[in-house]
Amino acid sequence: MNAHDEERMKEVLRQALPPLEGDDGPGRDLWPAMLRRMDAESGATQSHGWAWFDGALLAAMVGFGVFFPAAIPVLLFYL
Amino acid sequence: MQNEASNVLNQFRQGSPEVVEAAFETLFRQHQRSVYGWILRIVRNPAAAEDLTVEAFWRIHRARARFEPSHGFEGWARRIATRAALDWLRARHVESELTTEMLAEVAAPSGADPAVTAEIRLKTALAFGRLPPKLRITATLAVIEGEPQKDVAAALGISVAAVKVRVFRALRLLRKDLEREGITP
Repeated sequence: MNAHDEERMKEVLRQALPPLEGDDGPGRDLWPAMLRRMDAESGATQSHGWAWFDGALLAAMVGFGVFFPAAIPVLLFYL
Repeated sequence: MQNEASNVLNQFRQGSPEVVEAAFETLFRQHQRSVYGWILRIVRNPAAAEDLTVEAFWRIHRARARFEPSHGFEGWARRIATRAALDWLRARHVESELTTEMLAEVAAPSGADPAVTAEIRLKTALAFGRLPPKLRITATLAVIEGEPQKDVAAALGISVAAVKVRVFRALRLLRKDLEREGITP
């Protein structure tokens, strides 16, 4: 493709998809949507965090392992 | 005024959570229009541009620790917005969205070459939608919207030479695609 072809393709492209005119902003204030997005993400992050029962379950498992060490291989076998 | 803007940028980067949120709202309100306008030029869909503006600002908020106030907010925000728009283009098949009816509504621009018929315009637009997103976004900004190549390069995080190469490849692929359809532009 030579320089002439390149210029011709640019012209055809601009006619097929003319540049957007004007400097219109969004049709609405986007800040409320931004706040909703931030709330949703922070909620999702919290739900992925450790809840109290995760800690309790871990403590129970550690305690079980300490008091009944012989049960560990059995547990591992069934995991 | 300059000091105030600089303060907002510094507060946004490293302040207490309340200060960061206040600075973020200030920056959002100052820049949402320009970010939206930039994204709209790329995706050409007002509803998607609104969603992507929110997405871009969310990414900006998350990445604030990496923000360098001395380099200014506008260029950084534009770069993140461009990345969000590119992800959107990658996730969608534009050719399936561009219908004949939609394109028929786009009248030929004033002073248009009469040799470029409505059929050529339609097939060109459809072929353009089939280009790889990286080439499409570069050609959209540099050729269709006529943005300076250095601005396009900065927004895409590539060199000016790379912009020229991408534009050339986009036009060559477009021409080949049209030739396969029996159209010689």
